[in-house]
Amino acid sequence: MNLSFVVLIFILPLLVFAVLGLAGMYLRPRLAGLLATGITGIVFLLSLLTAWIYFRLPVHSAGIYQPVIPVSFEWLRFSDRLVATLGILLDPVAVMMLVVVSFVSLMVHWYSLGYMQGEKGFQRYYAFLSLFTFSMMSLVVATNLVQMYIFWELVGISSYLLIGFYYTRPAAIAAAKKAFIVTRFADLGFLIGILLLSYYAGTFDFGLIVGNHASSVGVVSSSFAGLKVVEWAMLLVFMGAAGKSAMFPLHIWLPDAMEGPTPVSALIHAATMVVAGVYLIARMFPVYYFHAPAVLSLIAYTGAFTSLFAAIIACTQTDIKRVLAFSTLSQIGYMMLSLGVSGYGQQDSAGYTASLFHLFTHAMFKSLLFLAAGAVIHAVHENSILRMGGLRKYMPSTHLAFLVGCLAIAGIPFFSGFYSKEEILIAAWEHHKALFFVAWLVAGLTAFYMFRLYFTVFWGRDRYYHHPVNEAPRSMRIPLLVLSFISIVAGYVPFGRYVSAAGHFSETHFYPGIAIASVTIALIGILIAMKMYARPNAFPEKLTKKMGLFYVAACNRFYIDEGYLFITKKIIFNPIAHTVAWVDRHVVDGMVNAIAKITEEIAFRIRKMQGGQVQEYGLIMAASATGLALLLIYLATN
Amino acid sequence: MIQEIPITHVLVLSSFLFFCGICGFIIRRNLITLLMAVELILNAVSINFVVFNKYLFPHQMEGLFFALFVIGIAAAEAAVAIALIINVYRRLGSIQVEDVAEMKY
Amino acid sequence: MTAGQFIFYTMAFIMVAFSVFTIFSRNILRSAFYLFCVLVTTSFLYFMLGYEFMAGVQLILYVGGIVVLIVFSILLTSHIGHKFPWPSKRKLMAGVTVSLAGFLLAVKVLCCYPFPVVHEKVKLPGMKEIGRQLLDLDTRHSGYALPFEIIGILLLAAMVGAIMIAKKEK
Repeated sequence: MNLSFVVLIFILPLLVFAVLGLAGMYLRPRLAGLLATGITGIVFLLSLLTAWIYFRLPVHSAGIYQPVIPVSFEWLRFSDRLVATLGILLDPVAVMMLVVVSFVSLMVHWYSLGYMQGEKGFQRYYAFLSLFTFSMMSLVVATNLVQMYIFWELVGISSYLLIGFYYTRPAAIAAAKKAFIVTRFADLGFLIGILLLSYYAGTFDFGLIVGNHASSVGVVSSSFAGLKVVEWAMLLVFMGAAGKSAMFPLHIWLPDAMEGPTPVSALIHAATMVVAGVYLIARMFPVYYFHAPAVLSLIAYTGAFTSLFAAIIACTQTDIKRVLAFSTLSQIGYMMLSLGVSGYGQQDSAGYTASLFHLFTHAMFKSLLFLAAGAVIHAVHENSILRMGGLRKYMPSTHLAFLVGCLAIAGIPFFSGFYSKEEILIAAWEHHKALFFVAWLVAGLTAFYMFRLYFTVFWGRDRYYHHPVNEAPRSMRIPLLVLSFISIVAGYVPFGRYVSAAGHFSETHFYPGIAIASVTIALIGILIAMKMYARPNAFPEKLTKKMGLFYVAACNRFYIDEGYLFITKKIIFNPIAHTVAWVDRHVVDGMVNAIAKITEEIAFRIRKMQGGQVQEYGLIMAASATGLALLLIYLATN
Repeated sequence: MIQEIPITHVLVLSSFLFFCGICGFIIRRNLITLLMAVELILNAVSINFVVFNKYLFPHQMEGLFFALFVIGIAAAEAAVAIALIINVYRRLGSIQVEDVAEMKY
Repeated sequence: MTAGQFIFYTMAFIMVAFSVFTIFSRNILRSAFYLFCVLVTTSFLYFMLGYEFMAGVQLILYVGGIVVLIVFSILLTSHIGHKFPWPSKRKLMAGVTVSLAGFLLAVKVLCCYPFPVVHEKVKLPGMKEIGRQLLDLDTRHSGYALPFEIIGILLLAAMVGAIMIAKKEK
């Protein structure tokens, strides 16, 4: 079966970006939006078709899904195996990501028709959304490290453009810059890691690096400062992944990125871009497992710490989008944790499968939560939950959607989140009991803060709203309904059959004990939240006073941002940057200016020689001719 | 004539005329007098060629023709120069060399 | 001193004196007249050398054409009776020095060089020979047909150019 049509999945969004970017001003906004949404719909159908065809290809024998490369275009060739190509790699993970990205993108496109209606720059918004879709999808089908890096950066740029969409607001500009700079800094590590890895493995290609249990990398035995070179390379690659996926301490950009429009937060900062790091680790998993197991443990610990850290902070935040942002941080921490504890091979790769399964379901319910939050913000014109309450009477559909999302994320049975979280907990239990307890605690905290959010917004104190609070328009409600449905149903996909570390089928055992434990702690969290927030009372106040300093610290996100600011201002800017700037201005520029000044002076002096007076020329000509003749005679006679 | 007057005398005469022309070219402030100095130079050159022809190559006529052409070109050049001078006079009202300085930087 | 020598040295004296007056005269019309005298004397020199054709051409073109043209332009453009000021001292000094230096150098070179003068008597060329050679009909020597044509075109161009430049703009 010829899979070359797959290339359309990438060309179409790129074309839409080009058309809307160049000619968007000449189209009516509605038309631009419908065009983008329509094309995204086509792309989604093509992705589904690709998945359908891929999983039925006869190439897969012995129950292992082989990667398929339908398109590959050689770009730069350094040597026999070291060649940078642009191509499309289809394997179970890539195909799954294609479906996820295109689906969430379609929902966001549709939703934005209603949410962004009347905004200035509507066409520009859709152009950037298409650019993002193109970059993200090309990233997940990258055949080699170079292509992945290119699209990694492109995704970063799309994120920058979209966070700073309201470019007249200083907070948005600052947030966009922060996001880009932090991820760029992380990408420095990523680049060095790529270079190290490709130098020692002799190739950029994923298939060659990862194939045969990553044997091509194993031959390297040199080491540096106690770690093998491979371990350094994979550590640096993890640095890149940590930046993009907002792991501690590179998480600072994600809460600020909420300055962008809410659909953007749903698409980029909940469902797709931030999971690029998880995707990268999953891609390079054999290398991690076989040659850098220490780094894999580090990944697990970082993921666990981030999820706990973010969950604590989320309990104290009062901006609806910030709570969701910290929740995203926490869930990605789960994914990293699960990858970190995973094994390899048919029986053992539960962690890997669980992580990607959670990625899949998280994309669905987190985007649902963000879109529902967007509907609330759109109706109330307000971000802070302290000024919301009792909205269940005014917005029934949104209320239902938000409730479904909260139940999914809390891990209540029959909703998708339960199944994926279960698998993660099982994987943690099988490999690392301490991390299991952390994950279990975080599950409880997750339920608590999500339902705190839910009860405060939709129940709580009945407030008086200045403008009439309307239900969201139909273009916003339909994606919410679809996503709610998927959030329930997605849990039943037999994920392990399709995606696992070595391509085999993977079945997970069912531990009833763990299921009961997780559901119990989730219910406890929900009940505490209900008690504290469903009706207005003084209990939250008393609790915050009792927690005192710890509460204040958590509320201020444990002052990590201030720490970074201190380091950059006092340590980097003042001594180093000022000196360098001085040298640049006075020494380097000074030299160039001096040359220019000298030239000018000389020119000014010489200018008088060409006076334009013909007689002067005649005089000099005659004098020179005489002089030359004298010289010649003198030379000839001697 | 050849027997009576040595060639160097005639050549000295023509070079005196030539250098008079050069001096006049450098000194003169009026465009027309400048032109007259140039005519002096060309005239001296013609004498030179003719004299060489007569004294050194009496069988040939190259010198004659050269002088002929020089005179022809001098005529053409003088015509164009006069036209230019008239034009300059119309525009600037004066034919002093210093006044023709509009295009000077 | 033979008659030829006497005539030659007289003519030489006149040419030298009048050329000096041409460049140092303060009255423009007088300069033109001195130039006229120099040119006429030159044609006498050509007569002495035996080249009547050249002398004729000199008289017609130079004297009758160019000097007349110069006088016309003087009348058209400047104040005839106006006494022009001396040029600046610097310019004067520079000009005189350079030309004096050049002249002395030229004299030195000319005196020291042994010119291979041919003393035999040769028949002087008449109009017929000149014409034949101009038009390239003489097979013993190469002709001058090309420069002849070019001069024709040049003169045409000069004529047209002069008319274009000097005509009054409507």
